[in-house]
Amino acid sequence: MRAKDDAGENIFVEGVEFAVFDADGNEIGTATTDAEGVWVVALPGSGVYSVQLNVDTLQGFELRNPDNNPLTGVEVQPNTQKNTLFPLGERVVEESTSIRPIQLFVDGIKLGMIIAMCAIGLSLIYGTTGLTNFAHGEMVTFGAMIGYVFHVTWQFDFLGSWMTSLVFGAVMATIMTGAIGGLFNELVWKRLRNRGASLISALVVSIGLSIFFRYIFLYQFGGRAGFYRDFRIGDQVEFFGLFTMLRKDIFIVAFGALILVGVATALRKTRVGKAMRAVADNRDLAESSGIDVEQVIKYVWIVGSALAGLGGVLFGLTENVNWEMGFRLLLLMFAGVTLGGLGTAYGALVGSLIAGVFIQMSTLIIPGDMKNIGALLALIVILLVRPQGLLGRPDRIG
Amino acid sequence: MDWGSIIESLFRGLIGESFIVFALAAIGLNVHFGFTGLLNFGQAVFMAAGAYGLAMMVATIGPAANRNFGWNLSEGTLFWLGIFVGVIVFPVIFALIMGIPTLRLRADYLAIVTIAVAEIFRIVVRSPTPGIKKWTNSSDGLTGFSGTFYDMSPFGTQDRYLFNLFTGNQMFLVIVGWVVLAIAATICWLLIRSPWGRVLKAIREDEDAARSLGKNAYSYKMQALIIGGIFGAVGGMIRAIGFSVAQPDNFITDVTFFVWVALILGGAGKVLAPIVGASLFFGLLSFSDTFLREGVSADVIPDSIMTGTQVGQVRFMIMGLGLALLAAFRPQGIFGNKEEMALDDR
Amino acid sequence: MTGDQFENEFKDDLISDAGPLAGATGDVSDMSVAVSDKIAGVDSVAARAALADVAWEPGAKKPDPILIAEGVVRRYGGLTAVDVEHVEVQRGVITALIGPNGAGKTTLFNLLTNFDTPDRGTRVFDGHNIDKVPAHKIANYGMVRTFQLTKALSKMTVIENMKLGGTGQKGESMWRSVLPFTWRAQEKEIEERADALLDRFKLSHMRDEFAGTMSGGQRKLLEMARALMVEPSMVMLDEPMAGVNPALTQSLLGHVTGLRDAGMTVLFVEHDMDMVQEISDWVIVMAEGRIIAEGPPASIGQNKAVVDAYLGSNHDSALDLDTEL
Repeated sequence: MRAKDDAGENIFVEGVEFAVFDADGNEIGTATTDAEGVWVVALPGSGVYSVQLNVDTLQGFELRNPDNNPLTGVEVQPNTQKNTLFPLGERVVEESTSIRPIQLFVDGIKLGMIIAMCAIGLSLIYGTTGLTNFAHGEMVTFGAMIGYVFHVTWQFDFLGSWMTSLVFGAVMATIMTGAIGGLFNELVWKRLRNRGASLISALVVSIGLSIFFRYIFLYQFGGRAGFYRDFRIGDQVEFFGLFTMLRKDIFIVAFGALILVGVATALRKTRVGKAMRAVADNRDLAESSGIDVEQVIKYVWIVGSALAGLGGVLFGLTENVNWEMGFRLLLLMFAGVTLGGLGTAYGALVGSLIAGVFIQMSTLIIPGDMKNIGALLALIVILLVRPQGLLGRPDRIG
Repeated sequence: MDWGSIIESLFRGLIGESFIVFALAAIGLNVHFGFTGLLNFGQAVFMAAGAYGLAMMVATIGPAANRNFGWNLSEGTLFWLGIFVGVIVFPVIFALIMGIPTLRLRADYLAIVTIAVAEIFRIVVRSPTPGIKKWTNSSDGLTGFSGTFYDMSPFGTQDRYLFNLFTGNQMFLVIVGWVVLAIAATICWLLIRSPWGRVLKAIREDEDAARSLGKNAYSYKMQALIIGGIFGAVGGMIRAIGFSVAQPDNFITDVTFFVWVALILGGAGKVLAPIVGASLFFGLLSFSDTFLREGVSADVIPDSIMTGTQVGQVRFMIMGLGLALLAAFRPQGIFGNKEEMALDDR
Repeated sequence: MTGDQFENEFKDDLISDAGPLAGATGDVSDMSVAVSDKIAGVDSVAARAALADVAWEPGAKKPDPILIAEGVVRRYGGLTAVDVEHVEVQRGVITALIGPNGAGKTTLFNLLTNFDTPDRGTRVFDGHNIDKVPAHKIANYGMVRTFQLTKALSKMTVIENMKLGGTGQKGESMWRSVLPFTWRAQEKEIEERADALLDRFKLSHMRDEFAGTMSGGQRKLLEMARALMVEPSMVMLDEPMAGVNPALTQSLLGHVTGLRDAGMTVLFVEHDMDMVQEISDWVIVMAEGRIIAEGPPASIGQNKAVVDAYLGSNHDSALDLDTEL
C-alpha cells in the first residue's frame, strides 16, 4: 500500500487493515500493513476471493471508489500475481509518458541483459565440456538468496545505508556462487569426466541435482516471494516521453551493460578469456596448442557461476526472490543461448538480448501471462531455420 | 505411529493407480530413451495430451460441436472419440512439433525443445484469457468426462475391495489399468524383438552406421517418438480418469523427471524394467510420505527439523539426489547390464 | 584378445586363403578370398583390362563408369575443401583415392556417398542422379560405405549386426513388427545369408558375442561383412587399414580383392601405400582439394605432381613402406 504524501513523495502506508473472504463469504484472514506497506494473508488455494479494506484504519486518506470496497471476484491462481487496486484520493491525470512499443523494447533489453548474464556460463560450460547443465538455474537462485540473506535477513548495513548492504550482498553472492560452481566442478563434474561417464549420464545427474537443490531452496526459503527491502518499488524516471524506467531498473541496465561489456572485453583481450573461447570452440585443437584444458574448464565454471549468481541478484531486484526463479529463467536461458549459438559466449549474449526483447514485445500481440511463449516459440523456429543459432557453427549440431 | 496406514500406502504405491500411470509413462520413455536414445524431457506433455484429449472432447469440444453443428453426440460417443483423440491425435501432433525441428540434430536439442514444449503447454493451458479458458478451463482443469468409464464398472461404488484398499471405482480403474499395462508391455516386447526394434538399437548407438545400411534414421526416430508418446498419453488418460479431473499442475515438468527416475531405476532398455522401476519408485514415495507424516504427527520427528508441509519437499530432495547418484554410479539401473547400458552412449 | 591369441586365431586365414582362386589370373589376387557370389553382368577381368586404354590424366573418362562426379565443390567457411571438375570410377575394379593429409579425400569420399552435401555439382551413381538422394537411400541403389572409425555396433551381437544389413526386411516396418508371422520367414532367410557370410569371413565363432568384445581387426571384418549383406554393387571403404594389426592386413586385403573378383566395384581411401600398390587397379591422387593425377599404381610413384604434393606438404610418410597405424 503506497501513496503520495502532501509533499508529493512516495510513502508506504502503515497500519491499514485488510480482510480476505472466500467465494462463500467466509473470512479467511485479516492483516495489517507493516512499515513497508506490505500485508500478507495466507490463502488455502486457488480460487475466487474478495478483499475488503477497513476504512477506519485508513488514516489521512480516502478511498476514491468507496463502492468498490470490498473488491470481489479476485481470482487467484498459483504462480501468478494478482493485483488488487484500491485507488486513494483524487485521480491525478497523468500524461501518457511512454510509447508502448518503445517501453516494451526497453523492458526487453533489461530482461535480456539479466538472461544474458546468467546464460554466458551455461553456454561456455556447454562449449568447453559438452555438458547441458540443467542445474544452472539453481546457481541463479542461489545468488539471489545469498543476496537476500545479507541484505534482508542479516541486514549488513555498514555505513547505515541500505545501498551498501545490497551491494555487499551482491558481492558476496557473486563470490560465493562462483566458489560453489568451482567446487562442483572439482567434486562432481571433473570426477564424472575422468571416469569417462557419458554426457547423457552427466545431463541426467544435472537434472537430479536441479531437483535436489530446488527443493532445498523451497525447504529453507518457503514458497513465498522475497523482496530486497526498500527496493520493492521506486520512482519512475521519464525519458524524453518515450519510455519510463524505475530508478532501480536504470541501475540494473547500466550495471548490467557494464558487466557484460567487461566480460566481452575480457573474453577478447585477456589470455584466460581467449583460452576459454578456444576451448569452447574446439577442445582438441586448443589442447594441442598447449592450453591446459582442465584449468580453463575450472575458470569457466567459476566465472560462469559467479555471473549467474550476480544475475540472480539483479533478477531478484527487478522481480522477486523465490525458490524456482532460476528454474523459470533456465528455459529462457536455453532459448537465448540456442538462438545465439550454443557453445559460444557472444552468441549467448546476443541471443539472450534478442530473447528478452522478443518476450516483452510479444505482449503487444499476446496476453501478458503468456509472454514467455514468444521466446520458446522462437527457440523452436530457429532450430527449424538455422539450428546452429546466429553465431554458432553448423558442424556442432549433429 | 500408525503402521497400518504406512503399510497400506506402501502397498497402494506398489500396485495402485499412480504406479500404473507412471509405469505406462515409463514404458513410453523406455521406447524413447532405452530403445532409441532419444532424450525426451517432455513425457509429461504426452501424458497431458492423453488426459486433455479425452477431457476436452467430452467437456468442451464435444458440447461446442453439438451446439454449433446441431449434432447430438452422447457423452458415451464423445468418450470413445475422446480416447481416440487423446491417445492418437494429440500425441502425434506433439511428437511432430517436437521431432521435426530436432531429430536431425544432436540429442541435446530434443531435450531442450521437449522442455520448451512442456512449458509452452503449461502456459497456454493455464492461461486465463477467455479465448483459451473456454477450452481448457485454465488451472482449475476440466471435469465431468469420466462418467462413461465408471458406468461400465461392475463393482459396487460403496463397497471396498482387496483388503479394503480400494473403493469399487478405484478397483475397476486398477484392474483396467493392469490390463492396459499388460497389453502395453506385450506390444513393447514384440516391438523390441522385431527387426524394427533392431534398427532402433542400431540408431541409438550410431546413426551413421544405420544410415550406411539403408535405414532412414530420421523416420525411425520419429516413429519411436510417437509410439513412446502414445504410451505416455495412455498413462495420462488413466490419471485423468482416476482423479476425474484434467489439470495442468498434474503434468508439470517435475512429473517428467519422476518418470525418468522410474525408468533409470529399473534399467533403461529392458522391457519389464520400467514397470519394476515405477513400482519401486511409487512404493518408496508413498511409503516415505506416510512414514514421515506419521513421524511428524506422532512427534517422533520434531517440528524443528520438518513440518507436515515440508514432508513433500524432503521426498523430492531425496528423489533428486537419488537420481543424480543413480545416473552417476549405476546408470544401468537394477536390471540393465553394463554392456547394453543405454545411459553410456555419448 | 592378446596379440598372440589374435595371430593364432587368424593364422588359418593366412594359410588357407593363399591358394589361387579358380579362374583367376595369376597376379596379386593370389590371396583373394571368395567373399561373395559373383554379381551378374560384371566381368572384373575385362574391366581391369579395359583400364589399359585409359589416359593417365586427372578426370580421365573410363570405359564403364559406375560413379561419376562433375563440378563438385565444397567450402567450409573461407576454405575450399574440395573442387573436383570431373572424376569417374570404373566398374568392377579397385580404385584407390590417396593424397597427403588435408587433401580433401575424406570430404570427397563423404560427398560421393552423400554423407555430405556439396555446394555445387552433380553425382551420378549407376545411371542414377544421387544429388538429392538422402544418405540412407543410397544403399538401396547399391552403394554401401564403411567408416574410418569402425562402426561395428558394440552393444549388439555379431549376428544382430549382420542381420541389420539385410535389406527389404518387412519386419522393419513398425506396423508389421508386432505381427511376427509377417516377417519370420524373411528373418530366417536373412539369418542364413548372414551365417554364410560370417563363415566366409571366419567370424562364425563370434556369432553370439557382443561386437564390443571383438578386437579392432575383427570389427573391421564385421563391418565389411555387414556391408555385404546389403548386396551392393559398389563398396566404399574409408581407410580400411587404419588401426589394423599388421598380422591381419593380408587377410583384409584378400577380402577386398575377393569383393572385386565377385564383380563389385571398390573405392577406398588410404594412407597405406603398401595396400595401394598391392591391390589397387587404378589410383586417383588428390591434393588441396583437387585431383592432380590418375593412373595405374605403378605410374604414380614417378608422377612429378604427386611427388611435389607429398613432399611439398611436409608429409613424406605416405611414401614410406611402413604401415601408418
